[in-house]
Amino acid sequence: MIKIEKLHKSYPIGKDSLHVLKGLDLHIKEGEFVSIMGSSGSGKSTLLNIVGLLDNHDEGNYYLNGQLIENLDEKKAAILRNKFLGFVFQSFNLITYKNALENVALPLYYQGMARKERQEVALQYLDKVGLKDWANHLPSELSGGQKQRVAIARALATKPKVVLADEPTGALDSTTSESVMELLKEINNEGMTVFVITHEEDIAEQTDRIVRLKDGVIISDERVDKTVKA
Amino acid sequence: MFDLDRWIEIFQTLSKNKLRTVLSGFTIAFAILLFTLLFGIGNGLKHTFEEQFKGDAQNSIYIRSGRTTKPYKGLQSGRRIQFRNEDSKFMNDKFSEKIQFFSPNIERFNVQAIYKGEQNSYTVRGVYPDYQALEEAVMEQGRFLSVLDIKNKAKVVAIGRLVEKDLYGQLSALGKNITLGGISYKVIGVFSDPGGDNDERFIYTPFTTAQGIYKPNDEVDRYGLTFNPSLSVDQALSFSNLLTKLLKEKHNVDPRDQRAIRVQNYAEGTKNVEQFMGVLNIIILFIGIGTLVAGIIGISNIMVYIVKERTKELGIRKALGATPKSIIGMIMMESIFVTALAGYAGLLLGVFTLNALGDSLEKYFILNPSVETYVVVGATIILIIAGTVAGYIPAKRAARIKPIVALNDE
Repeated sequence: MIKIEKLHKSYPIGKDSLHVLKGLDLHIKEGEFVSIMGSSGSGKSTLLNIVGLLDNHDEGNYYLNGQLIENLDEKKAAILRNKFLGFVFQSFNLITYKNALENVALPLYYQGMARKERQEVALQYLDKVGLKDWANHLPSELSGGQKQRVAIARALATKPKVVLADEPTGALDSTTSESVMELLKEINNEGMTVFVITHEEDIAEQTDRIVRLKDGVIISDERVDKTVKA
Repeated sequence: MFDLDRWIEIFQTLSKNKLRTVLSGFTIAFAILLFTLLFGIGNGLKHTFEEQFKGDAQNSIYIRSGRTTKPYKGLQSGRRIQFRNEDSKFMNDKFSEKIQFFSPNIERFNVQAIYKGEQNSYTVRGVYPDYQALEEAVMEQGRFLSVLDIKNKAKVVAIGRLVEKDLYGQLSALGKNITLGGISYKVIGVFSDPGGDNDERFIYTPFTTAQGIYKPNDEVDRYGLTFNPSLSVDQALSFSNLLTKLLKEKHNVDPRDQRAIRVQNYAEGTKNVEQFMGVLNIIILFIGIGTLVAGIIGISNIMVYIVKERTKELGIRKALGATPKSIIGMIMMESIFVTALAGYAGLLLGVFTLNALGDSLEKYFILNPSVETYVVVGATIILIIAGTVAGYIPAKRAARIKPIVALNDE
């Protein structure tokens, strides 16, 4: 589903440039539940931005759903994001003046779906994250956990190939984090590829595969032994 | 192409961000309102001055006689100067190329006019056909005096619109009789005059008729003439100066005597008025452009601010699949919609206020303040275009920002 070969990325800082990703190789298959672990500055957010087509890479190859990503203009990137990717952010990134239902329906609007159908689909996904009764509430009327659930519903609404979650529990307390992770697991069990970025060990351990990143290099890539944990 | 979804999206954004919408709408509405009011008041000033100087041909010269105030060539002061028919001939011969219309004039005030039971007193003037052009009188019915009337000393009159109204009420005076000082005349025409009510209470009879009735011999009360419009203002002034000089010589009047022969040349006033109007026009134009520029700067600032404020929202939309084109389109449509609506509201309010003011500011020299429709509509369109451009530039920049940068914007 996601295949990365010798990926490089650096950011210009004044006259110098900061080399953030130093030749990553990573292959994530369909249906995997993967977490990227690393401290801040390890390059994990940069990796997610590149995978999420929110930023472009300098060198190396990136295949999304078998398609080589290169020379992307904003328009193509927008269409691919809309079609293949669903985002869940640490700070939720809901549109403040739209209610839960409208937030979930927004990516469908950009897909060109008719209004009525859009609302039906959005409601169905809100129901899936247990927030059907909160459809008409504004984000400011929801708790942090509820906001993240709305964001997850929004990420799922377009039936993407991959859900990308950037520190999805970073702004949540442990109980709420637990329920959000449960939700992500559930989604994964239904066959969705889920790609989580985190710096919390206990969050990473709930996924099936942990890729550890340090200073722009992958230092380990191992499967989590569920049996031990259980 | 009409896209209902897009409009719903825009209405939602506008109504959920009321402060923003009101702010930008207010700027535009206020700019257009100010523009309309200032322009209207400026036009009102202009109208006042136009009104003051209309009613007579702008190239008219009037010549009157009086008593001498200075002894000259052995003649005493206090001598009365009297124009006669020979003066008419003298001027016509001497200045035939410089004179356009010419009419000697006999004037009788407070002449009793009677038609059936109705009566009133009016000023009766004996004139030549050319006099119509001098007064810029417009025939409403019938005709003005003709050369034949002059020749035949016909007992006919052209009466002002208000004379007809006074004496004939709702009826037409045309072809009816009117008795002036005991003599019966036939009404051959009714005229209106842009000079106003006074000018519409005159009664004109052929010069020869009036001279025969009111004068013992060939006396003339005064002259009205217009100079050839091809003359420049300066040429016209030197023409009237020469005319004055020759007339004074002819009647043995001291050249410095200001009372015996008085020549009033409208060109002098016209010159001042034209200069004044020119300056007024420039001021009005300046005010108008100034207001528009202020409005343009205002809306541009607000658009920059709005787009800046929405950077994060635009980032979210991009992450969810909004193309740059759809982002630009959304911002521009919002901007155009708000400016067009607010501009129209400001325009209506301005025009309404000007109408309500009407002539109530007449004592401040503001008469009928109004704006030509094309001017305000043009101004509104300019502001809408400015709002569009002002929205386009930051929208384009916002659409180009990488979503990740936009998302990190707080």
